[in-house]
Amino acid sequence: MRAKTPTIAALLATTLLACQASLAALSGQVVIKDFMFVPTTLTVKAGTTVTWANQDEEPHTVYSDTGLFRSSAIDTGEAFSFRFDTPGTYHFVCTIHPRMVGTIVVE
Amino acid sequence: MADQKQLHTRRAALGCMAFGGAGTLFAIAGGVLTPIDLAVAAASPSALARVGKPLFVQISDTHIGFNKDANPDVSGTLARSIDLVNAMSEQPALIIHTGDITHLSRPAEFDTARQLFSRLRATEMHTVPGEHDTSDAGVTEYFSRFGQASDNRGYYSFDHGGVHFVGLVNVLRFRPGGLGTLGDEQLAWVTADLKGRSSSTPLVVFAHMPLWTIYEPWGWGTGDSGALMDQLRRFGSVSVLNGHIHQIVQKVEGNIRFHTARSTAYPQPEAGVGSGPGPLKVPAEELARMLGVTSVTETRHHALGLTDTTLA
Repeated sequence: MRAKTPTIAALLATTLLACQASLAALSGQVVIKDFMFVPTTLTVKAGTTVTWANQDEEPHTVYSDTGLFRSSAIDTGEAFSFRFDTPGTYHFVCTIHPRMVGTIVVE
Repeated sequence: MADQKQLHTRRAALGCMAFGGAGTLFAIAGGVLTPIDLAVAAASPSALARVGKPLFVQISDTHIGFNKDANPDVSGTLARSIDLVNAMSEQPALIIHTGDITHLSRPAEFDTARQLFSRLRATEMHTVPGEHDTSDAGVTEYFSRFGQASDNRGYYSFDHGGVHFVGLVNVLRFRPGGLGTLGDEQLAWVTADLKGRSSSTPLVVFAHMPLWTIYEPWGWGTGDSGALMDQLRRFGSVSVLNGHIHQIVQKVEGNIRFHTARSTAYPQPEAGVGSGPGPLKVPAEELARMLGVTSVTETRHHALGLTDTTLA
């Protein structure tokens, strides 16, 4: 048993890494901080799930100008996700602070 | 404009309306604004009658659900604000809430707010939504509770005591990167609502975001408010009341007086100070002096007086 443990651990680690790698390929993140979406424009591949993570003291929302997606208020420490399956350019705005705008480019 | 003797009488009268808070009262007649510092006003109960009875109290930006450092107990400060209003010797006929009732548009927040409001001695309350009240994905929480007065449009008007009140919504038709928006449909409704009304009717127009541009980079204004002002200009006494910026800013333009109210929850920085209009953390002992309500009194025919009162 003792001899096998590292092997299993290594296997698990490899699997985890592989999972993380495959997740990384299909996930993108926009951080919300200081009344800004960072990055302002995020380019991802089709099928990617984009997560908006609010690290600001204020709640924010993510609202697509075409109505494709709309979050409820995202409080400090919360996040909102949406999966982009179709290539295109998607603009979004925070409905609470409409000066905050951003774009997701799906290739 | 009031002569000096009248002014002193009014000052005396206002002293007894300070109900424990430092504030400033604005008596307005024919569009002339007369600020009176309550801190130097002398109390004289016999002169109170000259000031008239309180018409309504404006409560704003209660942000129920907010729990950050700037004020971990917004329910407590709203309760204290309500105590302040309930302690007024003569009760206002109405309460007007100029939006951001809640912080995150969540059902539990609306329910807590409603529970607190039910303690008000004045039972008639009118509201307009703030952008924090309409931030749920379906934009249904505010309207399911407060939409009835306006057929779910959000904007509406009513009359009370000879004053025509117009509640407007400038937080729904937002434009990316820009200011609040009223929209053509609402502007057409205002035009129809005011058409045929005598110019001597005192108007109180209220909305959440300022109806004049205070600071464009932070969206502190309403992009198409010019068309609204064109409708208001012919009236002899217009009070435009807003919230949103959690501090008092005011100006007078002709017969139109603009005034923003304090929040009962937390202060915000002055325009352009810091990275954005977020909660301003101040020492605990200073907080109560930056929170409060606005009471509006009929000073005499066609004249309304505003008193801002803080929690300390």
